[in-house]
Amino acid sequence: MGFYLAQFLTGLASASSLFLVASGLSIIFGVTRIVNFAHGSFFMLGAYLAYTFVQILPQGIFGFWGAILVASLAVGLIGVLIEMTLFRRIYRAPELFQLVATFGVVLVIQDLTLWLWGPEDQFGPRAPGLEGAVRIMGEPIPEYDILLIFFGPAVLLGIWLLFNKTRWGTLVRAATQDREMVGALGVNQSWLFTSVFFVGSFLAGLGGAIQLPREAANLLMDLNVIGEAFVVVVIGGMGSVPGAFLASVLIGELNAFGILIFPEITLVLAFLVMAVVLVVRPWGLLGRPDVVLRGSAGPAEGPLQPFTSTARLVLFGGLVLLLAAPLILGDFEIVLLTDVLIFILFAVSLHLIMGPGGMVSFGHAAYFGLGAYGAALAVKYLGVNMLGGMVLAPVAAGLGALVFGWFCVRLSGVYLAMLTLAAAQITWSVAFQWQDVTGGDDGILGVWPAEWVSGKAAYYYVTLTLVGCGLFFIRRLIFSPFGFSLRAGRDSPLRVEAIGINLKTQQWIGFVVAGLFAGLAGGLYVYSKGSVFPDELAISRSVDGLVMVLLGGIQSLIGPIVGAVSFIVLEDLVTRLDYWRIIFGSIILFIVIVAPEGLAGFARRFLPQKLAGRDLMGGGGA
Amino acid sequence: MLEIQGINAFYGQAQVLQDISFQVGAGEVVALLGRNGAGKSTTMKTLMGMVNSTAGDIRFQGTPIKALPTHRICQMGLGYVPEDRRIFSDLTVLENLEVGKQKPRDGAPVWEAEKLFELFPNLKERKNNAGGQMSGGEQQMLSIARTLMGNPRAILLDEPSEGIAPVIVEQMAKTIQALKKEGLAVLLSEQNLHFAKLVSDRAVIIEKGEVRYQGTIRELEEKPEIRDAYLAV
Ligand SMILES: Nc1ncnc2c1ncn2[C@@H]1O[C@H](COP(=O)(O)OP(=O)(O)O)[C@@H](O)[C@H]1O
Ligand SMILES: [Mg+2]
Repeated sequence: MGFYLAQFLTGLASASSLFLVASGLSIIFGVTRIVNFAHGSFFMLGAYLAYTFVQILPQGIFGFWGAILVASLAVGLIGVLIEMTLFRRIYRAPELFQLVATFGVVLVIQDLTLWLWGPEDQFGPRAPGLEGAVRIMGEPIPEYDILLIFFGPAVLLGIWLLFNKTRWGTLVRAATQDREMVGALGVNQSWLFTSVFFVGSFLAGLGGAIQLPREAANLLMDLNVIGEAFVVVVIGGMGSVPGAFLASVLIGELNAFGILIFPEITLVLAFLVMAVVLVVRPWGLLGRPDVVLRGSAGPAEGPLQPFTSTARLVLFGGLVLLLAAPLILGDFEIVLLTDVLIFILFAVSLHLIMGPGGMVSFGHAAYFGLGAYGAALAVKYLGVNMLGGMVLAPVAAGLGALVFGWFCVRLSGVYLAMLTLAAAQITWSVAFQWQDVTGGDDGILGVWPAEWVSGKAAYYYVTLTLVGCGLFFIRRLIFSPFGFSLRAGRDSPLRVEAIGINLKTQQWIGFVVAGLFAGLAGGLYVYSKGSVFPDELAISRSVDGLVMVLLGGIQSLIGPIVGAVSFIVLEDLVTRLDYWRIIFGSIILFIVIVAPEGLAGFARRFLPQKLAGRDLMGGGGA
Repeated sequence: MLEIQGINAFYGQAQVLQDISFQVGAGEVVALLGRNGAGKSTTMKTLMGMVNSTAGDIRFQGTPIKALPTHRICQMGLGYVPEDRRIFSDLTVLENLEVGKQKPRDGAPVWEAEKLFELFPNLKERKNNAGGQMSGGEQQMLSIARTLMGNPRAILLDEPSEGIAPVIVEQMAKTIQALKKEGLAVLLSEQNLHFAKLVSDRAVIIEKGEVRYQGTIRELEEKPEIRDAYLAV
C-alpha cells in the first residue's frame, strides 16, 4: 500500500513541473493562437540557466531559490525577445508557417545551448534544506517532491488570481475570445501579446528550473517535454489552465503507474490517452468547442490546370536529364540524388493531404517510418526479398494510415494536427521502446537491396521509376473527381456534404493514399541506407516534411518538389558543419519571414511567369 | 470632428467603397443609411483602421488617423460599437466594461460603471452575469456601454436597432439622444429611415459603396423617391 502511495506522490510531483510548462503553452496558444514548439526550449533554458545561476549566487536557501527565480525571469525575457523579433511578424500567417518558424527557434536554441553549456548533462544541486526524505507509510519520499506537490496547485492559484483579479487578466481573457475587438476598445494588442509571451515563457522557464534538482539539465529536454506538454494541453483543452492542471496530474500518474504495469510502453500511454480524449471529446476535458482555427490554405489557390505544351517540354527535358544523370555524376552525387527523389515522394504525399486535402499533419513521419520499419522487420523476421519488402512498406504504412486516419478525419485544424502528432509519437515510442522487436535505439541493420540493384546507379533507376510513378499517380488523383471533391470539401465542407459526398470518407481515402506513398518512400529509403532507426519516425522527421512543403509553397504540386530538392541539398551542405542546427534554423526563420509564400511562390513573384514554373505543374492548382 | 475625404476600401480584389466623403460635426448625430451590403459597416471599419483605405484622408479633430493602428484611433477618443456587438461572452458584464475602460479625456463626458447603469438599468441587475447569457438587446446595450467606458468624443454605432425588440429600440433612441446631450458626436448606421429619423440631424446615403445623397433628415423626409431608391422599407 505504502509503495503505491509513494508512486502516487511521485506522479503528483512530476505533474507540477509538467503543469508549469503546459499552462504556459496553453496561455500563449489561447491568446496568440500560435502552437509554439519552442516552448520546450524555454523549459530547457530554464534548467540550464538555473544551473548557472546556482553557481553564481551565494549558496544556501536564498541563493538556490533566487537562482530559480532569476533563471525563470531570464527565460521570460528571452521569450519576449523572440516574440518581438519573430512571432510578431507571423501572427496572421497560416498555422504551418508558425509551426515551422517555432521549430526554427528550437534548432537555434539547441545549438546555442550546446555552444554555451557543452554536450554533457549538467547536474544541479539538491534544494538546500530539502535534501532528505520523509517516510510516509514506511516509504521514503524526497522532501523536494513534497514541496513540488504543493507548488503546482499554488501556481495554479496564482495564475487564476492573475487572470481573474487583475485588469491585465481581464484583457487577456477578452483577447482570447476576440483580439480585434480588444484593439478597437483601445488596447494595444502588441503589448498584450508580448506580456502574455512573457508570462508563458516565464512559466516554462520556472518548470525547467524547479526540475533541476530532480533531473540533470540536458540537450534532449526540449523535445521530450514539448511532446508531453502538447499532450497535456490537448487533453486539458487548448487555452484552459485548469484543464492543463487536471491533465498534468493525469499524465503524471499515468507515467508513475504505467511504468509498473507496462514498462515497455510508458511513452505510448500518454499519446494513447490523448488520442482517446480527442476522439471522445475533441476539444479536451475543460476546453471549449468553439476554438476554431484557420485552415492551412493561406492564399487562395488558382484553378487546376493541365500541362501546357511548354510545361510538357520542360518536364521531358528534366526526365532526360534525370535518366542521364548516372552517366555524368559520380556515386556520391547519385546517392544524394536518390535521397532527393525519395524525399520528393515523401513531401508530395504530405502535400496531398495538406494542400488539396486541407488537413495539416504534424506527424507524417509516422508513415515514412512505418514503411521503413515494415520492410526492415519483414526482412529481419520473415527473410523476405526486396520485392516483398517494397510491397510491404506501403502496405504497412497504408494500414497505419487507415487506422490513424479514421480518427484524424473526425477532427480539424489544430486538433487534427495534434492527433496526427500523437499518432506519430505512438509509432515512434513503439519503435524506440519495444527493444526486443524493433531493436530500440540501435535500429535494424542489414536491409540491403537485391543483387541486381546493389549498384548505386541501378538503385537510383529503381527509385526514379517508383517515385516517377508515384508522382504521376498523385497528380492524376488530384485532377480526378476524387481530387476535386477533396478540394471542394476543404473550401466549403458544408456544401460538399449537402451534395451528398461523404467528406470524411474522402479525407480518409486521401489520408490512406498519402500514407501509402510516404510508406513507399520509407521503403526506398531503408533499402538505400541499409538500416532504419527510430529517428525516421521522430517529430523532427515530420517537421522536415513540413519544411519541404513550406519551402516550396503549399499552393502547387511543384512546391513540395522544389522544397524537397532544396531541403535535401541544403541539409547535405549544412549538416557537415558544426552547429548546423543554428544555420538551418536561421535559414528556416529567414524564409518564413522573407518568402512566406515559399520558394516557388517567391520565384514567381520575381521571375517572369514562364520561368517560374507556373505552367509546369498546372499553376496554382495541383 | 470627423472628416472623411475620398476613401476607398477593398476586400481582396473586390472594391467595396469608392470615393466616400462626408463629415460629422461636433455634437452632431449623422445617420449613415443604405441597404444591406451597401458598405456601411465597411465604412466604419475603415474609420477605425480595421480595413485599409488606399486613397483619401480621414481626420479626427483635425489629426490624420488613416495610418494609425486601431487601438491608437480608439485612444484618441473615437469609440466603435460593431454591428454584431462582439461581447466577450466568457466575461461578466462588469469585466466587459473593464476592457473598454480608458483614462478620462478633456472635453469629453466621463463614464463610469455606476453612471452607465443609470443609462442602462437592465445591465445593473445582471452585472455579474456572463456576457454570453444576455439577450440580444442587453448585449447591444452592453456593447454601447463598454465603448462609452473609453470616454469617447465621438462614437460609431453600427446598426444599433438591428434585431432587437421594439421596446428596446425606443430605449435605444432615448439613449442616443442622451449621448447627444452629453456632447458626443454620433455616426449611426441604419438600413431604414424609421429609427434614424428619431435621433439624427443629417443623413448620408450610400449604395454600392458610393455616397448617393447627403442632407438633413428633414429634407430627406420630403424626398420619398430617394428613400424608395436607396433604402429598405
Ligand atoms: N470580410 C469581407 N470579405 C469580403 N467581402 C465582404 C466582407 N465584409 C463585407 N463584404 C462585402 O462588402 C460589401 C459591403 O458590406 P458591408 O460594409 O458589411 O455592408 P453593410 O454594412 O452596408 O450591410 C458587401 O457586398 C459585402 O458582401
Ligand atoms: Mg453592416
